[in-house]
Order: sequence, then C-alpha cells, then structure tokens
Amino acid sequence: MVWESALVAKLKGQFGSGVEALTYLGQNYLQVDRSLIPNILQILRDEEQFDYCVDVTAVHYPKRERQFDVLWILYSFARNERVRVKTQIAEGEHIPSAVSIWPTANWLEREAYDMFGIQFVGHPELKRILLPDGWKGHPLRKDYGIIQQDQEWVQINLGIESGQ
Amino acid sequence: MTDSTSSVSHLDLDESKKTFLDANELILNMGPQHPATHGVLRVILRLDGEKVLGLECVIGYLHRGVEKIAEHRTYTMFNPYVDRMDYVAAVSNGLGYCEAVEKLLNIEAPPRANYIRVILTELNRVASHQLWLGTHALDIGAMTPLFYTFRDREEILKIFEKYCGARLTTHAFRIGGCQYETYEGFEKDVKKFISFVAPKIDEYEELLTTNRIWVERTKNVGTISAKDCIAYGVTGPVLRASGVKWDIRKAQPYAAYSKFDFEVPTGQNGDTYDRYLVRMAEMRQSLRIIQQAVDGIPEGPIMAKVSKVMKPPVGEIYHSIEAPKGELGYFIVSDGSTQPYRVRVRPPSFVNLQALDLMCRGQLVADVIAVIGTLDIVLGEVDR
Repeated sequence: MVWESALVAKLKGQFGSGVEALTYLGQNYLQVDRSLIPNILQILRDEEQFDYCVDVTAVHYPKRERQFDVLWILYSFARNERVRVKTQIAEGEHIPSAVSIWPTANWLEREAYDMFGIQFVGHPELKRILLPDGWKGHPLRKDYGIIQQDQEWVQINLGIESGQ
Repeated sequence: MTDSTSSVSHLDLDESKKTFLDANELILNMGPQHPATHGVLRVILRLDGEKVLGLECVIGYLHRGVEKIAEHRTYTMFNPYVDRMDYVAAVSNGLGYCEAVEKLLNIEAPPRANYIRVILTELNRVASHQLWLGTHALDIGAMTPLFYTFRDREEILKIFEKYCGARLTTHAFRIGGCQYETYEGFEKDVKKFISFVAPKIDEYEELLTTNRIWVERTKNVGTISAKDCIAYGVTGPVLRASGVKWDIRKAQPYAAYSKFDFEVPTGQNGDTYDRYLVRMAEMRQSLRIIQQAVDGIPEGPIMAKVSKVMKPPVGEIYHSIEAPKGELGYFIVSDGSTQPYRVRVRPPSFVNLQALDLMCRGQLVADVIAVIGTLDIVLGEVDR
C-alpha cells in the first residue's frame, strides 16, 4: 500500500523516483535507492526530527540480483512516529556508514558486518562484534548452514575437534 | 605513574625501550570472568592512574545465534528461545515476540489474555528490578539488599511457577493469547504479593536512599545527558533518569496498557543515583498497574482463533515493547511459509552497553563497576 504524507511529498520532490513510500500493517517504510544513503538519513534526522536510530540491520535474499536489504529503523520523539528506511545492495557493494549521524549505529553496523559481511564505509572501526576476530564466514547469510562453523578456528583456538 | 623519577625521562626513550612504567597509560583487562560484570563481559580499560581514559567492551562470549535458529524453526517453535535472551525478564521477551507475530498474522489476543499478560509482565519487571538492585548494591559494597531482594523476588517466582510450571524461562504466553487459564487463587496470590512487597520496597529505600556511602558512590557517577542518551539510542530507565519522559507503554501502548493509570518516573541528573531512584519508583508504578489489572480482569477466552499451522502473509513487521531494560524490538520478515524468513531482535542491553565508554570516561576504576551495574545489562541478551 502506498504511504502518503507531507514527509513523503517532500522527499519525493527532492529525490524523485529514487524514493518509494509504502505502508504495511500500519507501519510506514521508505524503499530508497542506494545512492540516496546517507543523504536521506541525514535529512530525516536534521529536518524531520528522527533523532533516535532504533536499529540497523540487514536481510539476505540470495536469489535476488541485489542480495541484501539494509534497513534503518528510526523513531522520532517529537512526532512519536516510526519509519523504516530500506535499500538494496549487491554482494561486495559498499554502503555509507551512519555513525556520524547517530553514534548508536556504531555497534549495530558492526553487528550487520559480522553477521552479513556488509561493508559500511566511513565506520570508525568496522570489525566483528559477536564472533571472534579471526572467524571466517557470515552466519546470517542464507548459504551459511545452521550447524556450520569455522572448523579451523575452533580447532586452533579451542583445541577441540568440533564445537558441535 | 605519570612521571618517571629516574634520571632518564620516559620521554627520552624511544618507543621500543619503553616499559609500562614509562607510559602514561595503563591497559587493564577486566573480565570476562569477573564477579561484577554480571556475566561474561570483558572490558579493556585504558587508565591514567586510577582515571579511566576510555574503554572497549569485548562481547559475544554467550553468542548462541538466536536469530539464525529462528530461521530454522516454526513461529511456535521459536517462542521458548526468546526466554533465554534476557533470562531475568523472560516474560517480557515472550510478550514482545508473541505480539510481533500476532501483528504479522493480523490477529489480536483477547482482552482477558491481555490482562494476564500485563499482570505477569509487570510482576517480571518488579523481579528484574529487584535482581538488579540486589546485585548492583552488592557490587558497590552493600551486601544486605541482595538478601532482601532475593527473598522477596522468590514470591514472584512462586506465582510464575504456580501459573506455568517454570520460574525463570517461563514460556508463559502463546501466539494468540495465553496457554493457561489462571490457577485458582491466582488473584488472591497476586493481591497478597502486592501488599507484601510494597513495604519491602520502602525497606530497600531505607537501607540505601539516604545511606551516605551509597549516595557518595552513586551521585554524579556515570552521568549521561538526555542528548547523549538519544544519540546513543539508550532507552529504558537510563533514558528516563536523564529526564526524558518516554516509555513505550505510554507512547505507543500495547497489550492492555492504555487502560491503566500510572506515572512515568523520571530523574534530572542522569547519574547512577537518579537511575536508582527511577527504578525504585518504577517498581511502585508496576504494583499500581498490577493492582488495577487484577481488579479489572475481564472474563472470557484467553486464546484468539489461531490455526495450528501458522503461515503469516508475506511482509515485514517491527514491534517493540518496554522491557525492564529498555526498548525490546522484534523485526520479523515473513516469506509466507511456516518459518520466519528473518527474525531480528533489537536488544536493549546491547545498545545500552555501547554507552558504557561515554559514561565511564574521566571516572575512577571503581566507578566502572557501578556504571556496569546501573546499566542493568544481561549478557544473554547482549550476545544472543
């Protein structure tokens, strides 16, 4: 369903067809072109009062040409309103970091990098956060099996045959 | 340690000849096995004498891949897993997950189920805050509150056990409502608990609120401003203690919260002491909510009509609730099958812990313990 509001009209006027505004189950989201990140995030924070970045995460669709959905869940205290910004990127493609807009994106982006291997350009220290530094693979990708592990890492660092 | 008293100043040495005595900075490792980190949290402190210049958190020791597991379970099968994230507030975790899936299925839990949910969730909030208070005070050196709070928390766990058979990882709710009708005497037990615990909260306050040692150890320690809280995405009592009157139960009410009359306590200074006061006030507000819910609990079914095989239509949903630690959100993507395509958990502890560095800068090493305590993190939720 199409989402219409003053905010959407403004963004469409500015960015044209790069922005698609939709709503599902009463929740609004913007499907935006990758090239509009981070401008659109900056505008949402500076001009539209979306001052709280709730979450930064990703979804993997291996069958699609552009495999990853990267999304930012935003909230505005002043408007008491949530909005999700979504964009698609391909494997190996970079995406600008939002740490300079919301410091909280720091760990959230590190987690998205850890789990999906998404490269956030401009992140002050993009490294793994939940898995150990030397780990190979990104577990939340669909091609990573549920009992798969970095066998070599486990053997060298834990001194056991298998963690399973 | 800052100045070398030997004839050669540390400034004259080249980098390779310097020992740790010549440096102004000391790197100190704390954890991951440390009694005051509330789990397996490793903190690398950068110190100048006793002053903290900065710190880095190393997390992930309890990572179990909850989000990955979700993709390989049906919606119903994943339900018990969420209890194992924030294991001291399992009921809240379950409530958030069930409500998110209900939204995705476009169903609503019946009113009676919502009342039961509110009662149990608020009881859990009191239990979570009691556990926080006991351990936080113990870290700072006050041992008595631990015995008091654990004694009283036991009464809540007894109610949980009578209701659903489990004390901690309760799995109390189902998608669409509650599995169990309240047991006979449930309302009496809850009312008895309210009148039992209200004076006990005064007792905790008597031990601490004006206790000189407590006040000295917590006032102006780990201060964080409202602006920084918002920038760092910090939520829950920490945000409220900095003066932001924001609680999802009020801002975007879920379950039956819009029906109850309660206050959102706030602080002004955003220090450890204010966070303590906010949580104490929150416990009292929770009791108020429980009292109203028990008095007004409607009759009726406790489960909505849900098919045994759940196949939510293709789409995405984000739903969040006010867990005892802050905003707990679930982002679920459905591809129309019986298993979620993606479940993302937005854990309050993980995001709040990120502000630890900011809150500890310029403080003493001993205060790091106080700040970790006051953030009220649960590592099971940080690492998932």
